[in-house]
Amino acid sequence: MNVKQLSIFLENKPGHLENALKVLSDKKINIMTLTIAEASDFGIARMIVNKPDEAAAALREQHFTSSITDVLAIELEDVPGALLKALHIFSKHSLNIEYMYAFTQKRGDRAVMIFRFDDIESAKKSLTAEGYNIVKNIDIIGA
Amino acid sequence: MFNREFEAMPLNKMRELQTERLKWAIRHAYENNAFYRKKYDAAGFHPDQFKSLDDMKRVPFLTKQDMRENYPFGLFAVPMEKVVRVHASTGTTGNATVVGYTKNDVEVFAEVVARCLVAYGATNKDVIQVAYGYGLFTGGLGLHYGSEKLGCLTVPISGGNTERQLMLIKDFGSTMIACTPSYALNVADYIEKKRPDFDMRKTKLRAGIFGAEAWSESMRKEIETRLGIQAYDIYGLSEVIGPGVSGECSEKSGLHVHEDHFYVEIIDPETGEILPEGSKGEIVYTTITKEAFPGIRYRSRDITRLYREPCKCGRTLVKMEKVTGRSDDMLIIRGVNVFPSQIESVLMEVEGTQPHYQIIVDRKGAMDDIEVKVEVSDKLFSDEVKVLEGLSKRITDRFRSVLGISAKITLVEPQTIPRSEGKAVRVIDKRKI
Repeated sequence: MNVKQLSIFLENKPGHLENALKVLSDKKINIMTLTIAEASDFGIARMIVNKPDEAAAALREQHFTSSITDVLAIELEDVPGALLKALHIFSKHSLNIEYMYAFTQKRGDRAVMIFRFDDIESAKKSLTAEGYNIVKNIDIIGA
Repeated sequence: MFNREFEAMPLNKMRELQTERLKWAIRHAYENNAFYRKKYDAAGFHPDQFKSLDDMKRVPFLTKQDMRENYPFGLFAVPMEKVVRVHASTGTTGNATVVGYTKNDVEVFAEVVARCLVAYGATNKDVIQVAYGYGLFTGGLGLHYGSEKLGCLTVPISGGNTERQLMLIKDFGSTMIACTPSYALNVADYIEKKRPDFDMRKTKLRAGIFGAEAWSESMRKEIETRLGIQAYDIYGLSEVIGPGVSGECSEKSGLHVHEDHFYVEIIDPETGEILPEGSKGEIVYTTITKEAFPGIRYRSRDITRLYREPCKCGRTLVKMEKVTGRSDDMLIIRGVNVFPSQIESVLMEVEGTQPHYQIIVDRKGAMDDIEVKVEVSDKLFSDEVKVLEGLSKRITDRFRSVLGISAKITLVEPQTIPRSEGKAVRVIDKRKI
């Protein structure tokens, strides 16, 4: 039920993100959602794509550094307070979030958010117990 | 041993031999080369004054500058018809230095290389792939002749074309490869990225003969683990003869200098005074059998230490420490002496860092500014910013504690630092521009 996230190391300079995305575009890889974390000299582009392993191989070929990380995609109600409620559950179970971002498209009437926990396994257990729907990779990429 | 008589010669006999050969060499240079004669006359030195090794301190030094000024053949000491080969240094600054060899010099060159190969465990059954560049550079032909002298099957593939190197290792059953240590790591990278199916451990390759650039113990470890071979150091300078001036033995604890051909001293690079055995300083070479291009008290600028200790391999030849740096390469950053090799050692200690780095020194106002660019490999990378920042910080802290300098660490994308298949350019000193 984990979702595979592709992360790419990029220098914080004009054209670098473009070059990386060109590699994905050439391989006809579709990006479902993307976020960039920035430090002073570098950035990390994190994204959910339809073919993560193929994307990573193509990037490696073109000398980009990348990695695949397991993250959780969680369905939330698209109403005020829904995220707050989820966060409350995370803190109750002492689950630490490293970072999070959202999908642009809704899944039916619900929102989907990506969470990167430092301990993904206990996060899964707690969230399932609390009745949250953890979206499978296969659902997201629509394959 | 390839030549036990000399390689295991008792010290007192070696000293006698060196004294006799030095007398000849100093006289040979003086009598047969105008530059030496002029220089010695001007310094008030005459070969007759050299009676014992204690008189060495009276003999004037030969410098890199002397060599450049005598481009191309000004330092040759035999008639040109006796010279059968030339090599030349790359000449990164100013003129190249051209060195010449008589037939006999070529023989000596081959012999010292053959001795090194035997010390690494080679016999005439070995297949030696010479992946140093062939040409004016001494590496290719030097290893080639040494390997043939020992009777090995010699594969003159020259440098570069990694795919082909791998093919010949497999198809020819090469047991040893000779190349620069940075190229060996390029090969390891290449296999990891492009040929994950290629298993070096399933080939017959068991040792590498690495030289032509300074390399650290941690680099040795990385080469040995990643390629599954033994990594041995071979050292030399074209001004002296080329690779084979000294080489490691099975102990990997220093390089035995072929003292019956090269007399070595350690001096204080500032004052020129001879330092007692065991001290660290600049190594000075005197060729004591060479005919075409004698080098009498040549200041190498290489920093090392000489020591004698009974070696398990049985050789009595003096040992020199792996060269840690060249006084020419030494960077003075805010008054602290730093060798690029030290920076490399620090980087190698950080798990997974490959030595693809570049040092950029600049002056901001009155302050020297040092930046070290490090390529982020897949092994170092993380999807978390804090992990990468932690890596920069760890490197910065190590630089501060080991080298006493604070450097700015910049993480850069792979393949953004220029590669070379010969010597790697590790330092850009913008203060000089």
